[in-house]
Amino acid sequence: MTGLANRLPRRLVAALAAPAVVFIAMFYLWPVASLVAKAVTLDSVRAVLHDRQLRAVLWFTTWQALVSTVATIAIGLIPAWLLARYEFTGRRALTALVTVPFVLPTVVVGAAFLALLPDSLDQSVTAILLAHVFFNVAVVVRGVGGLWEQLPQDLVAAARTLGASPLRAMREVTIPLLAPAIYASASVVYLFTFTSFGVVRLLGGPANPTLEVEIWQRATRLGDVGVAAVLSVAQLLILGIAVIWFSRIQANHLVALGLHPLNERRRARSRRERISVLAICTAIVVAICMPLAALAERSMRTGSGHTLAAWRSVFGGATPSQHPVANGSVANSPVDALGSITTSLRVAIVAMAISLVIGGCAAFAIAALGRSGRVLDTGIMLPLGTSAVTIGFGLILAFDTPPFDWRAAPLLIPLGHALVATPFVVRLLLPTLRSIDPQLRAAAASLGASPIRAWREIDLRFSARPLLTAAGFALAISLGEFGATTFLTRRGRATLPIAIEQLLNRPGALLHAQGFVLATVLATLTIGVIGAVEALRGWSDRRA
Amino acid sequence: MTVRFADRVVLADTSLTVADGEVVALLGPSGSGKSTLLRVISGLLVPDSGDILVDGVVITALPTHRRSIGFVFQDEQLFPHRSVAANVEFGLRMSGWTKARRAERRNELLALVGLDGFADRRVTDLSGGEAKRVALARTLAPSPRIVLLDEPLTGLDRDLHDQLAAEVAKLLRATGTTALVVTHDRDEAAIIDDRVVALADL
Repeated sequence: MTGLANRLPRRLVAALAAPAVVFIAMFYLWPVASLVAKAVTLDSVRAVLHDRQLRAVLWFTTWQALVSTVATIAIGLIPAWLLARYEFTGRRALTALVTVPFVLPTVVVGAAFLALLPDSLDQSVTAILLAHVFFNVAVVVRGVGGLWEQLPQDLVAAARTLGASPLRAMREVTIPLLAPAIYASASVVYLFTFTSFGVVRLLGGPANPTLEVEIWQRATRLGDVGVAAVLSVAQLLILGIAVIWFSRIQANHLVALGLHPLNERRRARSRRERISVLAICTAIVVAICMPLAALAERSMRTGSGHTLAAWRSVFGGATPSQHPVANGSVANSPVDALGSITTSLRVAIVAMAISLVIGGCAAFAIAALGRSGRVLDTGIMLPLGTSAVTIGFGLILAFDTPPFDWRAAPLLIPLGHALVATPFVVRLLLPTLRSIDPQLRAAAASLGASPIRAWREIDLRFSARPLLTAAGFALAISLGEFGATTFLTRRGRATLPIAIEQLLNRPGALLHAQGFVLATVLATLTIGVIGAVEALRGWSDRRA
Repeated sequence: MTVRFADRVVLADTSLTVADGEVVALLGPSGSGKSTLLRVISGLLVPDSGDILVDGVVITALPTHRRSIGFVFQDEQLFPHRSVAANVEFGLRMSGWTKARRAERRNELLALVGLDGFADRRVTDLSGGEAKRVALARTLAPSPRIVLLDEPLTGLDRDLHDQLAAEVAKLLRATGTTALVVTHDRDEAAIIDDRVVALADL
């Protein structure tokens, strides 16, 4: 094999892989093992099997995920089609807007629908389903739209000239050809909604718990740790089986299309076409902006009328006594709203640093290892297939007894976040690292660079941009992480999502308004971080 | 008729008449609007002004799938998720033929284009020439009133090209099909067609 000559020294590769191996073993595998150990007692298994309530929970979790998925696909196909087929002013902006909900933290999405919907719908299944569709439509637009724009339009034209009506051509040609992307998107949406936690905590009320919420409730509220552990392990198994099953289905639907990038977008020609395009665009903009606008509006609504009282009380401009508000006083507020912002920022920066170092090293090691890097790659991806609650629950179980009684350690939260963010860091870096032509390294070597020097001059230089993107994503992920944090958080050190949930689930108009203030802040932070990353990427693309 | 894309006039006051059973070649350099004309005739594109008449009846407002006008695309556009048989039978299925009659007609067509025994093949495994033949069979199967061929033989090497051109000519005569063939190749036009029309002359 060529290229071997200028490889990195084996010892360096091992040193790069080591942090990730230790990290995964200690903060993922061990916690999962602790969960399993807790779960495999006869008593807890028996308790689960005899619990009628749990059957209802499992049933609700399953059907709400199914309905959410079907609705998301059905609704998502419309913007996917529009953005893949039509050219119009503002198309790029609309594409960006459609992806906004997906980068929002789940707690923010929950808060937005709490703000938008009338009280009668607040704590209902409808609210959950709406929020799930809002959150996941981007998956369909990206996944299905990406394939759709590569389907030659003449395939549909061919069906039409053979006597198929537009609807029939859609059913017989377009949908079957999009099937792989539809199945892929559907399985992602299903997994997301099956393990939905933040949205359900805010919108479900006590009557509609998903499995995630039930695990959390048993573990933290009811002290039913054994049953919670059994449920966690059961959910891990369900997710594992689902992932394997979904990939089977997808493999069966793969059609070798020999597709290549096409741009067949065209402007609407007839009047009717123009009106439809405009109407759909308007509907998309309204559907995405309304919940966010409602969030901002509710942050300014306290008792009667619109004031900035909640904003002032959060940012300490004025004490509430100067702005008397019905049903609320900050004096006995259980949540340090302003403190949660600084806590979140601090946690996010630490989590970002951890995931960049560990994920970055691991990505370099995986790229250098070639085929044998697969095991490490898979190991790092594991947390991605694990629900957030399971991660948090496992961590707290593993680290609550000597030798590692770290429950009080402030590092546990950023570590949990880094576990979730590291897979993204690796995924963002690997394509770039793998695309680097080995000849470049050979050229550097022939010019007198040692393998390490060549690696520094080439690999490291090329990965600056994806590293920056990864940093942004890691920040955003940590800022919005809720499921794992609920287990790891301690009184007085709540992160933003935790504070938002606490404020919104307590009675009191001012507390609610403060919750909406924090949700608005968190939404702005997240959109700002991702927006900055995207803008920077676009900027350096243009320069390149 | 006239067709505009944004501000660009692609076809300006163009007019063409084709007799029943005639095979006409439409010759012109690329960008002269040949393909656009075919798309207007098949209803895939709505003209800004003008009308299309078949047998004296105006069909301009008729949607594509009710026109019974076949179309052979430049790059075949076979349905990649369906077998050769399902591709050829597609039009028959759209007009409600029974399964048995479909199979019969499909075999007849496959024999006509020299692809006996290809029914169960995947279209993604076909050679360039075979794909062209399947496309032709698929278009002819439902016996359309008119067949439009958009540069049907591009992308083939010279020998195969000439051989297929002769076969297409024979096929169109044998089925008594009224056809309009767009090409930029004068020799090809001479082989296939009764009459050659240069688009610039319209």
